[in-house]
Amino acid sequence: MLREITLGQYYRTESVIHRLDPRVKIVATFSFIISLFIAKNFIGYVIAGLFLALCIKLSNVPPKFIFRGMKTIFFLLIITMVFNLFLTPGIPLVTFGRFQITKEGLRLALMMGVRLVFLITGSSLMTLTTTPNNLTDGLEDLLNPLKKVKVPVHEISMMMSIALRFIPILMEETDKIMKAQMARGADFESGSLMNRAKSLIPLLVPLFVSAFRRANDLAMAMEARCYRGGEGRTKMKPLIYKKRDALAYGVIVLYFAAIIASRVIL
Amino acid sequence: MKSSKISTVMGKMIDTQKLVFEYIRRDEEGNVEGITRAVDGVDLKVEQGQFIAILGHNGSGKSTLAKHFNALLYPTEGEVYVDSYNTEDDDHLWDIRQEAGMVFQNPDNQIIGQVVEEDVGFGPENMGIPTEEIWERVDEALKAVRMDKYRKASPNHLSGGQKQRVSIAGVIAMHPKCIIMDEPTAMLDPNGRREVIRAARALNQVEGITIILITHYMEEVVDADKVFVMDKGSVVMEGTPREIFAQVDKLKELRLGVPQVTLLAHELRQAGVPLPDAILTRKELVEALKKCR
Repeated sequence: MLREITLGQYYRTESVIHRLDPRVKIVATFSFIISLFIAKNFIGYVIAGLFLALCIKLSNVPPKFIFRGMKTIFFLLIITMVFNLFLTPGIPLVTFGRFQITKEGLRLALMMGVRLVFLITGSSLMTLTTTPNNLTDGLEDLLNPLKKVKVPVHEISMMMSIALRFIPILMEETDKIMKAQMARGADFESGSLMNRAKSLIPLLVPLFVSAFRRANDLAMAMEARCYRGGEGRTKMKPLIYKKRDALAYGVIVLYFAAIIASRVIL
Repeated sequence: MKSSKISTVMGKMIDTQKLVFEYIRRDEEGNVEGITRAVDGVDLKVEQGQFIAILGHNGSGKSTLAKHFNALLYPTEGEVYVDSYNTEDDDHLWDIRQEAGMVFQNPDNQIIGQVVEEDVGFGPENMGIPTEEIWERVDEALKAVRMDKYRKASPNHLSGGQKQRVSIAGVIAMHPKCIIMDEPTAMLDPNGRREVIRAARALNQVEGITIILITHYMEEVVDADKVFVMDKGSVVMEGTPREIFAQVDKLKELRLGVPQVTLLAHELRQAGVPLPDAILTRKELVEALKKCR
């Protein structure tokens, strides 16, 4: 069931984090990522970890879902850790032939590992608790100042939300075309890499043709419904800051201060 | 010359005057390769509050004609007036598009929102309606097509008929005087078709919105106030459904089928059963047959 795929892995539930303004969540995620690079010692990571754990707890998202995103970066994680472990010069702890694990290497590998895990967890928490729609709305609003330097912010966010709407439709279409070509003897699974790449042509050409046709239809439908760009447009669901959003900003500032303090003082 | 025309179009919802539209095919250098006359001299008048059907097989020019009612296409020759605005008048472009809403064939390609209610709100958002009023309009529009239960659903989870009803709601939320439906049922199953036609009819009767239904399904036009039949870009027949369906042979010539009941009555009459002309519903046929005994 391709239609069941939810993009951006949104996890539907009720929580404070879900109800927060998307802008707060975007700002929080970015601050969190930056803070991970500011933190340099054990205490800093403990603070970041506690903050993250608190957010996960508040979000009501089962940790299972959050760590699912880890699978995709598993190899990256291992590679980073191994390289750091073996290739950092310093006081050797263990030596295997030409390779040696140093004290600094161990420290750096652990730090990188924790940093990566936190980074992915933090950003997937944002996408798990915010609908793609809200996310584009939030981004549009945050990037609004860029309009002054002629960045088409509204258009970009409109394109993003249209893309999000059409991804499941095009995926279903891909599936349909694939089955149709398979019914006529197309083979997508065997042969060399080159052959397999070639066999994608009869899949991609009709897909592109249909995507363009859809784009044309959609443009006409949008025009028929008086769409004329972002100017003079009102919002059905405008983003309005509430008390909890102000509170959340406060928490972010406190957290950031704590991270900086951990680096400066300790 | 133009001023005299404007006085004659007052009060009509849609009025086309000797409308001609040509698709021009060009080669890579931009030279004209060929001209296809898709609409050829159409004079069509639609009164406020009517339920109009435009029939025709593929390529008869009916969809091209429909796109003129919403200023998506402009006439090559002749004029189109929507509620007395000339569609070529750029100052009133957005008034025309707001007053004459359009529903297209493919339900997937006209839904913009990722949630039903957001899609319905898209039109009012574009018109610059204040937030609170948008919500009122969305509520009212979804109720009018009986889709209020699905307001939080994703359009991807709806059936074709439901998606088309959402599209109709999206148009209603703009408070149009007229809705043009360009083969809204062509991609639907019989159930979806019935849902959409029922919604269209209710809008016409309850809200008094002018409906222009473009279709090639004969069953859908039975209740229309007036039917136009198009062939090769021109209107070849015009009249009430009863008048149109009385001419079974001519319709066959135009490669249009009549409703099965009408066809059966027609065959029976030719076989010598004394039946009246143009029977449109099963009930009528039963009544007429009872009288024969």
